[in-house]
Amino acid sequence: MELYLYIALFSPLVGALFAGLFGASPKTLLTGVVNSSLLFASFLSSAVLLGYVLNGQTVHVEMMEWMATGNLYIPFGFVVDQVSVTMMMVVTTVSTVVHVYSIGYMDHDKGFNRFFSYLSAFVFSMMVLVMSDNFAGLFIGWEGVGLCSWLLIGFWYHKESATWAANEAFIMNRIADLGMLIGIFLVYWNTGSLQYDKAFAVMPTLDNMTLTYIGVFLFIGAMGKSAQFPLHTWLADAMEGPTPVSALIHAATMVTAGVYLVVRANPLYHMIPEMGLFIASLGAFVAMFAATMALVNRDMKRIIAYSTLSQLGYMFVAAGLGAYWVALFHLMAHAFFKALLFLGAGNVMHAMDDELDPFKMGGLRKSMKWTFIMMTLASVALAGIYPLAGFFSKDAILEVGFVEHHYVIYTVLLLTAGLTAFYSFRLVALIFHGEERYKVFGFHPHEAYKFVLIAMSPLALLAVIAGSFKSTYFEMVTKILPNTEYHIHSEVTEWTMIIGTQLFVILAIFFAYKKYINFKGENKEFEKRLVYKVLINQYYVPYFYEEYITKPYRELSTIFWKKVDLKVVDATVDCIANGIYKAGENTRDMQNGSLSSMLRWMVAGTVILLSLAVAFGLAVRYADEISAVLSGLGA
Amino acid sequence: MMEIGLTHYLVLSTVLFSIGLLGVMRRKNLLMLFFATEILLNAVNVGFAAISHYYNDLTGQMFAFFIIAIAASEVAVGLGLLIAWYKRHGNINLDAMSSMRG
Repeated sequence: MELYLYIALFSPLVGALFAGLFGASPKTLLTGVVNSSLLFASFLSSAVLLGYVLNGQTVHVEMMEWMATGNLYIPFGFVVDQVSVTMMMVVTTVSTVVHVYSIGYMDHDKGFNRFFSYLSAFVFSMMVLVMSDNFAGLFIGWEGVGLCSWLLIGFWYHKESATWAANEAFIMNRIADLGMLIGIFLVYWNTGSLQYDKAFAVMPTLDNMTLTYIGVFLFIGAMGKSAQFPLHTWLADAMEGPTPVSALIHAATMVTAGVYLVVRANPLYHMIPEMGLFIASLGAFVAMFAATMALVNRDMKRIIAYSTLSQLGYMFVAAGLGAYWVALFHLMAHAFFKALLFLGAGNVMHAMDDELDPFKMGGLRKSMKWTFIMMTLASVALAGIYPLAGFFSKDAILEVGFVEHHYVIYTVLLLTAGLTAFYSFRLVALIFHGEERYKVFGFHPHEAYKFVLIAMSPLALLAVIAGSFKSTYFEMVTKILPNTEYHIHSEVTEWTMIIGTQLFVILAIFFAYKKYINFKGENKEFEKRLVYKVLINQYYVPYFYEEYITKPYRELSTIFWKKVDLKVVDATVDCIANGIYKAGENTRDMQNGSLSSMLRWMVAGTVILLSLAVAFGLAVRYADEISAVLSGLGA
Repeated sequence: MMEIGLTHYLVLSTVLFSIGLLGVMRRKNLLMLFFATEILLNAVNVGFAAISHYYNDLTGQMFAFFIIAIAASEVAVGLGLLIAWYKRHGNINLDAMSSMRG
């Protein structure tokens, strides 16, 4: 089994290095094919490991020693257990699909090989993140995915907005990673180990305060990676990257790393329920917050990005309330349908010459039949209609909120479910139905390559059937996660809730269709309303950051540059250099080559050394007296 | 009649050393410079011999012999160089020797 583990882990790395060799050369189809095959190998190995884990066994290897000094011992250890195998399956499935898809999507791009190198490197980092058996390895993967995310958001580096977005994502994540790092230090400091099993075994003996600190700091890291409020602005801006990147990194895998961390650290969060409640409340808030922003946005990819943000909020609600298996299940289901949605959006973008405004589209279902079907499927799954994947996972989260008596959270999530359905189908209606508004702009839409559509089909299939894995999945992960089942006691209440939710969601869908199917242009009156302005400006959060953080920081930096750096630091350095230079100039005359003056200097030196020797000799001889005198002065 | 003791020898040594030092600093003739260095070395020798006698320890006198031997060889080499210099330049003025000017 170790062999499969290593194949699953390292074949993306091999792919990244291979494609990297051709990084600077023009497109070679070979890199795309080789990398996709390697990813497929990784997927197959993960599938073998999944079979193994389903039999109730786990694989734990220690590849090599990494750091061993004194009491510190950190190996490169990898573990394939029920949680990590779930993540591995999600990562490898989606990334294989995205790799094949990218062959078509990046077809005409000059950076084709470079793209595949980055993409495979990302998958490798993600695999390290989810497979590591200790916090240090997790952190390596964590930083690795951050780096690859930066590289890929800024992939079109000649666009200023892309480099700006890349830097924003990187810097925001760096802020959060500091919290994460402090959390890891606290874990090591208090438990003496970074291995998950050892650290979590010691934690029950720690006092509540310490545990809370660890939990808070680790969660700060999770907040950054999973773009939770107030570190959420980077995710929408990250849509500057190529669409396959958005599908893989900013929807299915990397942004869920925060959820994975909370799930992985479930023994810790189980002991500090107040922190869990905070996580759940924040999650519910973000779910609603992001969904409302998606309602009015006019950028196709940003709408889906806000939707991702909102769904991440759902996952954190489940994780915060202790329903770790539900969180992980929603993570998996969400990865499938959200990646599908993004890839579909990529097809639309290609057809529309990279146009992102759905108001300029419409009626595309005729020319893009398969994309239409798949995106509708993904949207239905996202909205949570029976029997698609989203129903099983999202409904479970709602039930968790209800059963745990957090009715406020439940209500918020229920409303958000309606909003989700509304904005998803607003998008579908605007893109695929109604008049063909794009004709005015001179677009000539065409369906994507056939192999691209075939590559997307596994995701479409999974978005439909993922719900049926629920019981098997529950059996599997609850071997290591708390196996709380959430049942509403009264059957009547349960059915009322399910049917009520379904009706509510379907109503929202119909409302969206009704409003947007014959779309003629946004209502000017509506655009003047305060609500619209607040939402389209993302609650003025980016504005606030710009005005109150970025600008003061820039001014402060200018002051420090002009006043401190130039006038103090530089001046000091210059002063030292000038002093030495002047001293050299002035003492140059000593070396005038005249033997007699040299002899004089020699004599002078001898005299100085001799007098020093005498002085120190005297000082040593009379040390006691001198110290007596000095202490007398001091007192 | 005053007994001649260690102090007198050391004073003699110091005076000789000062004369030698002054010579090294002031003389411009290379030959005179050699004489001055000889005076320096012998000033030290007097000091060694006196202290050696004072402590009844022969090491100092032994050292003085070494210094005499070294001084002799130094003079031999130095005079050889001096003659070579004189043959080439026709003088032995110290101030003329500035080919090492930086």
